[in-house]
Amino acid sequence: MTHDPLIPAKAGTQAEPAAKRKGRLGSRLRGNERGKNNLAVLAPYLWLALFFALPFALVAKLSFSHSALAIPPYAPRLDLSHGLTGLADFLRGLDLATYRRLASDRLYLLAYLSSLGFAGLSTAILLVIGYPMAYGIARCRPRLRQALVLAVILPFWTSFLIRIYAWIAVLKPAGLLNQALHLIGLPSVTLLDTNAGVVLGLVYAYLPFMVLPLYAVLERQDESLIEAAQDLGLTPRRAFWRVTVPLSAPGVAAGVLLSFIPMVGEFVVPDLMGGSRTLMLGRTIWTEFFADRDWPAASAVAMVLLATLVVPLVLVQRRRAALLP
Amino acid sequence: MSAPLVRFEGVTRRFGAEAAVDDVSLEIAEGEFFALLGPSGCGKTTLMRLLAGFEAPDAGRILLAGEDLAGVPPHRRPVHMMFQAYALFPHLSVARNVAFGLKAQGRARAEIDARVEEMLALVKLEGLGGRKPDQLSGGQKQRVALARALAPAPKLLLLDEPMAALDRKLREETQLELRTLQRQLGLTFLIVTHDQDEAMVTADRLAVMRTGRIVQVGPPAEVYERPIDRFVAGFLGEVNLFEGPDGCTGVRPERMALSRAEPKAAGRLPGKVAEAGYLGDRTVYVIEAAGRTLRAAQPSGGDAFRVGDAVWVSWPATAVMRLAE
Repeated sequence: MTHDPLIPAKAGTQAEPAAKRKGRLGSRLRGNERGKNNLAVLAPYLWLALFFALPFALVAKLSFSHSALAIPPYAPRLDLSHGLTGLADFLRGLDLATYRRLASDRLYLLAYLSSLGFAGLSTAILLVIGYPMAYGIARCRPRLRQALVLAVILPFWTSFLIRIYAWIAVLKPAGLLNQALHLIGLPSVTLLDTNAGVVLGLVYAYLPFMVLPLYAVLERQDESLIEAAQDLGLTPRRAFWRVTVPLSAPGVAAGVLLSFIPMVGEFVVPDLMGGSRTLMLGRTIWTEFFADRDWPAASAVAMVLLATLVVPLVLVQRRRAALLP
Repeated sequence: MSAPLVRFEGVTRRFGAEAAVDDVSLEIAEGEFFALLGPSGCGKTTLMRLLAGFEAPDAGRILLAGEDLAGVPPHRRPVHMMFQAYALFPHLSVARNVAFGLKAQGRARAEIDARVEEMLALVKLEGLGGRKPDQLSGGQKQRVALARALAPAPKLLLLDEPMAALDRKLREETQLELRTLQRQLGLTFLIVTHDQDEAMVTADRLAVMRTGRIVQVGPPAEVYERPIDRFVAGFLGEVNLFEGPDGCTGVRPERMALSRAEPKAAGRLPGKVAEAGYLGDRTVYVIEAAGRTLRAAQPSGGDAFRVGDAVWVSWPATAVMRLAE
């Protein structure tokens, strides 16, 4: 994505695949003790430590701090000039106060639920739009197929922000959409700065993340399986539901995860296309961080978001791993 | 033989300008094991797919038990197919694969279970109903595919290169098993293969195809011993060709006799053993005789010749096959 990497909402997005990868690598290392001697095995761990574990630890530490009138605006700060006493003082200063505040303030809970709602609804719409798209592309002649896949990827070559601004130009009260509606004699619609606008923006922004994994599984699907199902007495429609759909489950899972998880923490779309009352976590984190300068609160919100997304994923992964022989 | 179950009447199927099946007329009797034999690209698979309903003829018609199949979709044809790579549903257990066609027919649960048991016993896979296809060996997969196609009791079973994925020893066993099974069930089997041994071992009658046309139809012994032309003679085994003033003739290597003294046979040539290949049950000799290279196969146990020996090659008049170009 082309989001500003400074936007803390992305914490949840990037942490997820990294966390999954960590689980896989861990089990591989356990299964292959000799690999420990191999430096090449360490490289991904180093990468994980530098770009996932360390930032994660920093955000976690921040979430246990207090906001303070200082630069940077939190306390306690780790001061090692006094040696170990400094570390001890620092550790004593950390507590769960921010989390307690989070739990007691209904606004945070509402923001979580609302974010999950936006992401859930948008994911459902994405699936309904994306599946037929991917299926259609996978069934095309090879040359047309390549062109269509390219068309799905093409928007990535333009800045995400510019594309969202283009949507604003389309949707604004006197924008292209309403001009077109006016021309054919229909009443104008208000989409910009509404929740519907946010869903529209999310669906638009994440469509490729749904279509591409679905396309990947559907394109590889063995045509003779569908023929076998029809040969055994299923109509083409029933063969689709009984064979094509179940066999595309891995693609559905990948598409849902790739769109749902970043959408929960999405900031740009709700900020630019949503109304003032659109409640999404990405904005909450941004507000805490930049407007209120409450870095610990922003970090705690991000930590809870990460936990709500990663913990179920890890559990699902465990169960799937246990089912495999 | 009873009334024809299948009747092709002047069937043509074109792909672009090329006719994959070119004006084919053919009858297959009820209860017959029929083989379509030919090199790859000869149209045999297309002919089978026309029968299954995955292709529609551009000209001519196909009758099944006297009824025109035109416009009948694959799922409504009482014809089941065993696919070349088996096309087992990877997401379903063996039992549910076998039950697939029965479920599509809307049979009662108890009936389905009983039939699945019966079919698994028939192909000697008792107790493997709970496995997934990827937990089976190649030979087991092949038998699941067979059980799945047989379970809904088709009028006609189509087998598309059913042994192509098996190793040689297993293939030979399976060919005879398939023959026995067909005899037990009394069903009509149509097998498509490029392997002449497979066609000859299994089939009551076979049709040799070339470039979309049927060249010769008959029982294996008849086609082998009285091939219509050089192509059929060469495709169904080895043949020594003689170009004469009144056309081309051929003699099978096993009809060639070798002797040290001049024989009194209708055809004879003096020559020299150029190569000898011992195959256990027989030895194949390459003989240089009168400027040509002949092959002669001699059963083991008789006189053995060495490379360089002077020999007479001879053959009876009944062994001479008259061959069209």
